[in-house]
Amino acid sequence: MNLTRRQMLCASVGAAAAGVFGFSLSASATPEATAESIKNFAGGKEPAMGGDLTLNTPEIAENGNTVPVEVSVASPMTDDDYVESVVIYAEGNPNPDVAVFHFTPMSGVAEAKTRMRLAKTQNVVAVAKTNKGQVFMDKKEVKVTIGGCGG
Amino acid sequence: MDNIKPRVKVPKSASAGEVITIKTLINHPMESGLRKGKDGNLIPRQIINKFTCEFNGKPVFSCELEPAISANPYIEFSAKVTEAGTFKFSWLDDDGSVYETENKIAIK
Repeated sequence: MNLTRRQMLCASVGAAAAGVFGFSLSASATPEATAESIKNFAGGKEPAMGGDLTLNTPEIAENGNTVPVEVSVASPMTDDDYVESVVIYAEGNPNPDVAVFHFTPMSGVAEAKTRMRLAKTQNVVAVAKTNKGQVFMDKKEVKVTIGGCGG
Repeated sequence: MDNIKPRVKVPKSASAGEVITIKTLINHPMESGLRKGKDGNLIPRQIINKFTCEFNGKPVFSCELEPAISANPYIEFSAKVTEAGTFKFSWLDDDGSVYETENKIAIK
């Protein structure tokens, strides 16, 4: 393999960036993989966009290593009408799964917060499922700033 | 792993039927399994893969975590308090260890 000096430089910078960030770029998940996971989670149903589910993320994340994320579902949370689970996906990560929250009527309200890792600027998707089988979805784009170059 | 210390913030008391917010944090590297060490080899994955919260033995909230969760995982959720009792929190590590802590709550 004959690399010019310039190509060598680009390759090493790329490798260093991938190494620092902890993800290799070639292993990125695709929106299709996410859609497939959503389908499995929803049991073949088409999730209704928006509705009772709200996904809160910052518009711009300066550090992709800790991005706060919040999900909340408007639900009475009684024994016969409650939110069973909420799942979060990051479309552009090597593995789109982020977390699955399981609620019970004892949770009081269907709300949870955590912090996640994002490999690059991408869409974050949340899908909620109630005990009656209703499925909601919400999507937000998060711009990830790496090294201050802007998303 | 050693030196893993779970921290939980639960109100000391609440009125019956009140919905309280619980904040939890545990120090853990959440090694994703995708990162390379200094020798160029992949560092094996080691994460907290599950978190559960029980109140007087009944499940309140649980959560499955993936490598996309940040190091020192922070989880915030709610619980409805109907009686005095004990919250039990447990974190499950990939290596099989379980980290546990308990918090009591009284009724005002």
